Amino acid sequence: MTVEITGVGVELGGRPVLRGVTATAREGRWLAVIGPNGAGKSTLLKAVMGLLPCTGLITVAGRPVRDLAPRDRARLLAYAPQSPLLPPDMTVHEYALLGRTPYIPYWGRESARDTETVRAVLDRLDLTGLAARPLERLSGGERQRVVLARALTQEAPVLLLDEPTTALDLGHQQQVLELVDRLRRDDGLTVVSTLHDLTLAAQYADDLLLMSGGTAVAAGGPGEVLTEELVTRHFGARVTIGAGPAGRPVVHLRRPTG
Amino acid sequence: MRRGVMFAGAAVVLAACMTAGLMVGAAGLPLKGVVLALADRLPFVSAHSGLTSLETGVLFELRLPRVLLGAMVGGLLAVAGAGYQGVFRNPLADPYLLGAAAGAGLTVTLVIVAVGDGAAVPLAAFCGAAGGVLLAYGLGHTATRGGGTATLVLAGVAVTSFLTAVQTFLQQLKVEELQRVYAWILGDVGGGWEQVVMCAPYAVVAAAILLLHGRLLDVLSVGDDEASSLGVRAGRVRLVVLVAASLATAAAVSAGGLIGFVGVVVPHAVRRLAGGSYRVVLPLSLLAGGAFLVTADLIARTVLAPAELPIGVVTAFVGAPFFVTILRATRKVET
Repeated sequence: MTVEITGVGVELGGRPVLRGVTATAREGRWLAVIGPNGAGKSTLLKAVMGLLPCTGLITVAGRPVRDLAPRDRARLLAYAPQSPLLPPDMTVHEYALLGRTPYIPYWGRESARDTETVRAVLDRLDLTGLAARPLERLSGGERQRVVLARALTQEAPVLLLDEPTTALDLGHQQQVLELVDRLRRDDGLTVVSTLHDLTLAAQYADDLLLMSGGTAVAAGGPGEVLTEELVTRHFGARVTIGAGPAGRPVVHLRRPTG
Repeated sequence: MRRGVMFAGAAVVLAACMTAGLMVGAAGLPLKGVVLALADRLPFVSAHSGLTSLETGVLFELRLPRVLLGAMVGGLLAVAGAGYQGVFRNPLADPYLLGAAAGAGLTVTLVIVAVGDGAAVPLAAFCGAAGGVLLAYGLGHTATRGGGTATLVLAGVAVTSFLTAVQTFLQQLKVEELQRVYAWILGDVGGGWEQVVMCAPYAVVAAAILLLHGRLLDVLSVGDDEASSLGVRAGRVRLVVLVAASLATAAAVSAGGLIGFVGVVVPHAVRRLAGGSYRVVLPLSLLAGGAFLVTADLIARTVLAPAELPIGVVTAFVGAPFFVTILRATRKVET
């Protein structure tokens, strides 16, 4: 499902954090939101999820997000925050089951279909062996997979991931991003994620949205957005951009000499 | 299933504690007699208990209401504590966090000073407890639009200090009433059938609402943003649980005074033994809280018989070592 963001503005505590952001996450594709710290990347994701009041219009498959009832919204959009709160003694299975919340009535309890969905998702993410383990006893990479599992049991066609690779080492970053990409391709999911690593963003995303100071300053394919000029201007970093695999750009930091 | 076994086990423990509470006292009653006398009161059952009419009187007029009230007050405090802990996402939250104790303390002091002990005390305690929470909630809500939980706790602290100050001032004016106020604060579940009947409707409604929110409290435990992203209106769930837990607290306080320790320690012990899901913690706290308070009352009225210890002293005196034992037995590596 396509997510359309049109002229979106957000104010937090009277201060404008986003101004007139317009972007499109097309169905079945991966849109990476990049930009320096404080650019408003996470805020944009929260606004799309409907967690923050915003001006402008956000639609999913043509339906305005703000008109959706919370449960209906949760069946369309799944969200994983940058540092999810993981209750220490909740088990992996219990946590993944929370993703079924939008399908369970207020006073109700989960059905056999809900537990079956969770079982299938855990199996798919190689988490079956960890199902009974409390969250506090997981490694960083396992945690990230568990958070993904919760988002997947939600069976929403749009996945919003805020920095899914934070605090992961190189191998686990790759593992998680490969996993998201596989799920996107297999299930036709639309993925919108913030990513602070520009090279990784260029490797995995189909489209990039560069944000700076609360506005969208560039959008398009990785090659169009990751130019030395744009990166230098908005990140204040000296970089060299080379060509990587499949013609996708690779960003190198260049140390000032002299 | 494992959960079923745990609930059944807790129910058996509660039943055993209550039976012991019925048997033990100044006049010991035999188990068989107690069971048969109770069975005799069931419809369509006729059993000869072999108890004398005096013993039957002790059983039905003294012990039974006392044990029921103890179980009810203990269960309510523990389940309310668990509810507050879920709402505030903090295992140290207790039912008196938002000014319930201070509110009740003040109104009860007022009533004792103005009209003396009597029938008005439980009602005053109920209104005071509910009023204290309302005041804290109102303050917290106006301080930050929408009312964050941290602001709410701070408002509770402010309300508690303020009301306690007024209460202390009143007590200073009427030192001769100090002991009666103090005795009420330390708690007592000997209120008789009248109290049982008054407390029961609140107990049933509040406990039912709390138990039905176990699943949603689990959802809230991942944070407000994620709960919202899962389609749950976090603010509304929090408010409903808060109201039910405060109702439970007010009912417990009106029937038993300001009994401490139960509301924090029982849910925490349950969590240690049975895991953190509120779908388990809430019902088990209800059962275990009841068992704990019935046992505390049993100890309170037997160790120094014929004198009676205040039950609030016993809950802390017995509860603290018991809690340490559980902490040690379920010791885990802090990460």
